[in-house]
Amino acid sequence: MSQALEHPTYNYKVVRQFAIMTVVWGILGMSLGVLIAAQLIWPELNLGLPWTSFGRLRPMHTNTVVFAFSGSALMATSYYVVQRTCQARLVSDRLAAFTFWGWQAVIVSGLVTLNLGWNTSKEYAEFEWPIDLLLAAVWIAYAAVFLGTIRRRRTSHIYVANWFYAGFILTIGVLHIVNSAEIPVSLSKSYSAYAGAVDAMAQWWYGHNAVGFLLTAGFLGMMYYFVPKQAGRPIYSYRLSIVHFWALITTYMWAGAHHLHYTALPDWAQSLGMVMSIILLAPSWGGMINGMMTLSGAWHKLRTDPILRFLVVALSFYGMSTFEGPMMAVKTVNALSHYTDWTIGHVHSGALGWVAMITIGSLYHLFPRLYGQQEMYSVKLIAVHFWMATIGTVLYITAMWVNGVLQGLMWRAVNDDGTLMYTFIDTLEASHAGYVVRWIGGGFFLGGMLLMAYNVAMTVRGAARDAQPAARTA
Amino acid sequence: MDIGTFRGVMTLLIMIAFLGVVAWAFSRRRRDDFDEASRLPFADDDEEPPRARDKQEDNDA
Repeated sequence: MSQALEHPTYNYKVVRQFAIMTVVWGILGMSLGVLIAAQLIWPELNLGLPWTSFGRLRPMHTNTVVFAFSGSALMATSYYVVQRTCQARLVSDRLAAFTFWGWQAVIVSGLVTLNLGWNTSKEYAEFEWPIDLLLAAVWIAYAAVFLGTIRRRRTSHIYVANWFYAGFILTIGVLHIVNSAEIPVSLSKSYSAYAGAVDAMAQWWYGHNAVGFLLTAGFLGMMYYFVPKQAGRPIYSYRLSIVHFWALITTYMWAGAHHLHYTALPDWAQSLGMVMSIILLAPSWGGMINGMMTLSGAWHKLRTDPILRFLVVALSFYGMSTFEGPMMAVKTVNALSHYTDWTIGHVHSGALGWVAMITIGSLYHLFPRLYGQQEMYSVKLIAVHFWMATIGTVLYITAMWVNGVLQGLMWRAVNDDGTLMYTFIDTLEASHAGYVVRWIGGGFFLGGMLLMAYNVAMTVRGAARDAQPAARTA
Repeated sequence: MDIGTFRGVMTLLIMIAFLGVVAWAFSRRRRDDFDEASRLPFADDDEEPPRARDKQEDNDA
């Protein structure tokens, strides 16, 4: 089977490995999400054990969806896109294999140690120092493979998708190394090299750019290849995509301070973060419009092509959450929204609506090509998956909007004598219905992923059948 | 130079850089190059590569 599938020029093996693991990690990460959503409704589900408590499962959920699911998706698609648009094989098969096995080792060891309670306490950078070192090594290898392949390209241009991928790879490398500077005191414990407000600023410079570069720039790279491919038309404006790239990467760097409004961070840094976040609306929407307009004259394809539907709805959610983000970064809005479920809703509007949907659409485009098939095993199941994902996302984010505004208003309500009108437990009780709706929404989204796993397994099996000469003659 | 002047100069420099990128991206001279680049996703396919969008629109006009 493996020989029959080998492409004469390109290394598809590593792409196939990462693509399959994207589905596997997606299911695991989203299952953990559904489980901790249920724990917020029924606290007894933590079973009274440290290993199944919310505090340990929550970082396992975020790290699995951000680094395992999204990371594998970015590596699969970037290796595919860079080879196809540069018309060159990956610069080193062995180094590419190292990035695959190394990345899986980072994730597995990270999940095990988080479950044991090793945790640096830095959000999205919870892995302890030995894993940080391995992650840095894998990431540098990834950069070498990707940039090395661009260097040996047989085309004169570097296609815009590769600019976004390269920007994401370089920035994430810098962010990880700077923010993970820490002083080890034992194998399982380290302390940040920064102190106080500086530590907080370094952390959110990292945290927001993990969103801006891993979950945005990387996936825009995916968008700039798979949307034109699936629509069968070149990108609406290649020139706009160049302005989009430079404007986006210049602005994102400065927006992180909006995570620290009304804290010990200097006031001018908070205001700078707010202003840069508002400016960010322009490049974000420029890119979203560029993707959408690629379909002008081809909108009828949406009626028959559920893959294109995934890609276009992903762009819609991207437009929505990049409007919501700058709005929430305004200090007066943030005074209401911060520390409430609105933030969680905003994250998932981006994570489920944009990141997961653009990934799912791209993977449905990718799998048949990687396994020498005309199309996926069942196009109907893709359409079902599309509706499950959309319903799940909408339920999730509307529940969190309602909960977030409710919590924000209850927390700030005061009696005439200046005492608080509600206790914290009052707001928690009021949030109960929203938590149930969120859990159902997450369940829908996870159910869609299980359909995808079945569809992918059957497509791979079809490829295996084709590869057997006996079956072909029979 | 005091900090206010420095910030003003930086703002001006960044604005010039941004306008420079826009002017470069939209210059007439770069047009054919970018049209060619926009067709790269279709360049290694067996299927007929679509024409660049800008040219299509020119022909329609």
